[in-house]
Amino acid sequence: MADTMELRDIEVWDGNMAAAQALRQAQVDVVAAYPITPSTPIVEGYATFKANGYVDGEFVMVESEHAAMSGCIGAAAAGGRVATATSSQGFALMVETLYSASGMRLPIILNVVNRAIGAPLNVNGDHSDMYMGRDSGWIQLDAYNPQHAYDLNFIAFKVAEDHDVRLPAMVHQDGFMTSHTAQGVCTLSDEVAYNFVGEFQPMNDMLDLDHPVTHGVQTEEDWHFEHKARQQHALMTAVMPKIEAAFAEFEALTGRKYNVVETYQMDDAQTAVICMGTSVETAMEVVDELRAQGIKAGVVGIRVFRPWPLEQLAEILKNVKAIGTLDRSSPHGTVGTLYNEIAGSLFNTGVKAVLNNYIYGLGGRDLTKAHLVGIYQDLQANAESGTLTTPLQQYIGLRGPKLSFF
Amino acid sequence: MLEIRWHSRAGQGAVTGAKGLADVVSTTGKHVQAFAFYGSAKRGAAMTAYNRVDDAPIMNHEKFMAPDYVLVIDPALVYVADFTAFEKPDTTYIITTHMTTEELIASQPKLEGKKVYTVDCIKISQETIGKAIPNTPMLGALMKVSGMYEMDFFKENMIRVLKKLPQKIIDANMIAIQRAYDEVK
Repeated sequence: MADTMELRDIEVWDGNMAAAQALRQAQVDVVAAYPITPSTPIVEGYATFKANGYVDGEFVMVESEHAAMSGCIGAAAAGGRVATATSSQGFALMVETLYSASGMRLPIILNVVNRAIGAPLNVNGDHSDMYMGRDSGWIQLDAYNPQHAYDLNFIAFKVAEDHDVRLPAMVHQDGFMTSHTAQGVCTLSDEVAYNFVGEFQPMNDMLDLDHPVTHGVQTEEDWHFEHKARQQHALMTAVMPKIEAAFAEFEALTGRKYNVVETYQMDDAQTAVICMGTSVETAMEVVDELRAQGIKAGVVGIRVFRPWPLEQLAEILKNVKAIGTLDRSSPHGTVGTLYNEIAGSLFNTGVKAVLNNYIYGLGGRDLTKAHLVGIYQDLQANAESGTLTTPLQQYIGLRGPKLSFF
Repeated sequence: MLEIRWHSRAGQGAVTGAKGLADVVSTTGKHVQAFAFYGSAKRGAAMTAYNRVDDAPIMNHEKFMAPDYVLVIDPALVYVADFTAFEKPDTTYIITTHMTTEELIASQPKLEGKKVYTVDCIKISQETIGKAIPNTPMLGALMKVSGMYEMDFFKENMIRVLKKLPQKIIDANMIAIQRAYDEVK
């Protein structure tokens, strides 16, 4: 039996410590990990808690991120609560096995501390790795601060392990901007946190020797399509209601309210910025300042990136006149991911908002409030003219001559 | 919003100092943020760390800061780092040096006409903790200059923040904090 850790009601934790504490409180059975900056302190934290008797589990040291996720897959198939963490190139090396985890319907929790992907080498935060995971069949939740990184881990276990879901989930946080930024985190007691997540309920576990099962089968043309269709069906129909139910239960327990799409001052907004991670909160502060000047600006933050909240976004954006999509990742050859997703969400809805795209913050480049004020000025001009007054895709915070495309 | 920027060399404890300060401030019900610029900087490289303190939740995640206080915990950084970047007219500087405030300003004209305080955190930490870890003494100096908290309250909370360290080291840190509080000018 693991020892209980006494926590203060508010602890000053960075996002990594918040995630590590959540893994401890969920009493994860197996962590197989190959540490990489900036996510290292998450698995290091779990290992320390385990060594000090605060968690009953196994820490498996492996030789690569590919092996880390492979170890997680084996442990999850065996029938345990499983989690790990990674970033950047490590995430990229995991990609092959991510598809195995989701295709085998194994509810593993992966904390992704978002970091740029080289070359050039850079340990700082952007969303390149998060975007790389978007077709992998995982649920993807996004934290904007250390509190969210803590809370969303509990939500992730509860949703992923649900027998109607049985899909793996990523909890994303911004490298350094969240992972290494200490802020006040409202804690749950060990007992309350564990009871919210609940006892792990195995399903088709390989260690149930009385009921032998096969995992990771070969299907070829005969059944592959049906398997993938069932996986997509679960991701598209089962997940959102379970996330919403988990958010509601979590709010009743803690008073902290999460939404599939987070909105700020959107009721009467004429212009809106759509972004993810810490940028959402900085944009909220900028909107407060703009509202004080009478400018009707709002913010939309994506909380659930996969499955994509298409219908919720169409509803939220129906009266907005100009939308700026902010992508913290180089799209390499097209418009940014959020631009594509939002355009796809609105295309059949009759919404006639002017939509443009900003590439910002690559490799940890600062997104300042001044940048955001400039973006809202663009959007205001677009709203007033009803047409694009700027290039479709602009680079923000880049040194040298202005760069834009389309 | 109170904003503090630390100038340090990697390994001197600015991140620990910033996080420790955030922890103590948080116990008083205020909202806090502590972060740093990392990169692949190795021990000894110039780096910066940051604190924000406010009565309301802190939503701002930009790294840009126009600081109310600049804390320099390595004596050479006033000559090589851009420690006055984005200063405000009333930015207060607390600088680690073996010199007097007048000697320091004479050697670094950028400080002329500024609110400057000096304290030798390197010497204090060497004589108390036994090595040049100038972060906790700088917090003692900050308490004196800012009047942020009573010394007893601050030290009581720092003992909690440092609780994982051996008792001897905690005791030495408390002496270092008190000395910097008494010696900052």
